[in-house]
Amino acid sequence: MTLSAHNLEVVYEDVMLVLKGASINVPKNGIVTLLGANGAGKTTLLRAISGLLGVHRGKITRGHISVDDVKLDTDQAPAVVRAGVSQVMEGRRIFIEFTVEENLLVGAHTTPRAAIDSKLDYVYEMFPALKGRKKQHAGYLSGGEQQMLAIGRALMAEPKYLILDEPSLGLAPQIVSQIRDLIVQLKESGLGILLVEQNAAMALSIADHGYVMENGKIVMDAPAKALREDEDIQEFYLGLGESAGSLRDVKHYSRRKRWLS
Amino acid sequence: MNDLIHSLIFGIAQGSIYALIALSFVVIFRATGVLNFAQPALMILGAFATSVFAIDLGLNYFIALVLAMIVIALLSMGIERVAIRPMVGQSTFSAALITVGLFIALYVISTRLFDSKPRTVNDPWGVSALCLGGNLKEEWGFVSCEGGLIIYWHSIGKIVLATIVIAALFIWLARSKYGLAMRATSMDQETALAQGINVGGMFSTSWAISGAIVALAGGLFAANGSVIQSTDALFALVALPALVLGGLDSLKGAVIGGLAIGILMNLTKTYQTAIAPWLGLNFENVVPYIVMIIVLLIRPYGLFGTKEVQRV
Repeated sequence: MTLSAHNLEVVYEDVMLVLKGASINVPKNGIVTLLGANGAGKTTLLRAISGLLGVHRGKITRGHISVDDVKLDTDQAPAVVRAGVSQVMEGRRIFIEFTVEENLLVGAHTTPRAAIDSKLDYVYEMFPALKGRKKQHAGYLSGGEQQMLAIGRALMAEPKYLILDEPSLGLAPQIVSQIRDLIVQLKESGLGILLVEQNAAMALSIADHGYVMENGKIVMDAPAKALREDEDIQEFYLGLGESAGSLRDVKHYSRRKRWLS
Repeated sequence: MNDLIHSLIFGIAQGSIYALIALSFVVIFRATGVLNFAQPALMILGAFATSVFAIDLGLNYFIALVLAMIVIALLSMGIERVAIRPMVGQSTFSAALITVGLFIALYVISTRLFDSKPRTVNDPWGVSALCLGGNLKEEWGFVSCEGGLIIYWHSIGKIVLATIVIAALFIWLARSKYGLAMRATSMDQETALAQGINVGGMFSTSWAISGAIVALAGGLFAANGSVIQSTDALFALVALPALVLGGLDSLKGAVIGGLAIGILMNLTKTYQTAIAPWLGLNFENVVPYIVMIIVLLIRPYGLFGTKEVQRV
């Protein structure tokens, strides 16, 4: 029972090879994190999974995506959502002119009519802040509430797998820890979660398994615990390495240099 | 006083047709970002289709109107699929130019179809009118109402039908699942796609709706107690000032702009010859464009349009 990408190769505009054979597995009832620098191809991998490559003139040229061992038709985003894979896109992307409730209803586009009310109750119970403001324009929500709305909207489609692209981006530390608890809670309710984060410390603290991506390839594939203890990961993603040294040394050096010149 | 009320009612009737045409522009503009200049030709084809169903096939006018709406909706959907969909991602300017080409092609086709002969649509109203507080006289196909207020039945028919269709469209957009999906698509295509909305299907639907609305405008326009010709397509161009006045991307603005332009034209027609005769005859046809120039100068985004914010 996994959401898997098998040897995925993606080309933009027929010339730019961005993914060079990336494979990942997201088990149901687990959190998998995908780390990597800017431009490594993380968002492209997510777009390939949710069928959004066409909008960006990209194409899967090799490999495929499968959900629970059934091959996914990634040319059609609606088919992906129906198969139970929902994505919360980077930058929240809520409909700011819609009310909170309308945003949630758009998320329920593929949900059977009879199930919509109970889904709404489920989301409002999870985010009480949204319930009190359901008739307000979504543009008036705070950044954290907008992120919750974006997650709630994705949950309206009754997903089996949830893809989160940078859910902590631009949020205060307190809200980030709220979102982190929420992700754990969602996992415990039986969802498979693929988490892409710049905030590697947060991602690795809750993930079960992690992948590191560089230049369109998966260069590391290990349990989150192993990644947390890996020296390179500590240096490049968690900022704990030795090479950074103490900030005082740097300052001292530059001050002295000024004296000498 | 009677003159004033008469020109107001006549203006609202004419304005509701402008409103329908402007609305058909806005529906497409919001969904695909393209200003479809082929709409006037589609309007006149709608009038022609109504005429064919009503006169040549002898159907009831209202049934003919509905059939014409369906035919033009399908035609409009086909145009989008064949000529506009491949332009997705290209500049909207090139897409707009394609529609100018389409306008000319469709206009020539409609002229051929009309065969240069004026046609009627066999509407139930004709030139019959209500005459309040006066005595109705009918001579040589002209109705007059001495000392009273004259209200043409076709004016009432236009206002009622346009109101029903516009109200239905607004309710559908606000309440229904697909109306919501269509609004979501017009705001952010990629996000709509990620929610499982069939964005291509939404484009087709919006062009179909727009085609149906403009065909209705054509069929109603033809019910003027007189005849129509293919050159009447130019009538639809007055919808452009209505659009600019209301704001290009506002449905509400299209309706209000259309009504305002219709009323303004008829007030000018009634009073200008007495107040400012030196402006000459048929000055009312110039008024919408003067309004358009003024609006573009002082409020380029119109009454209800979204103000474009640009970082300098």
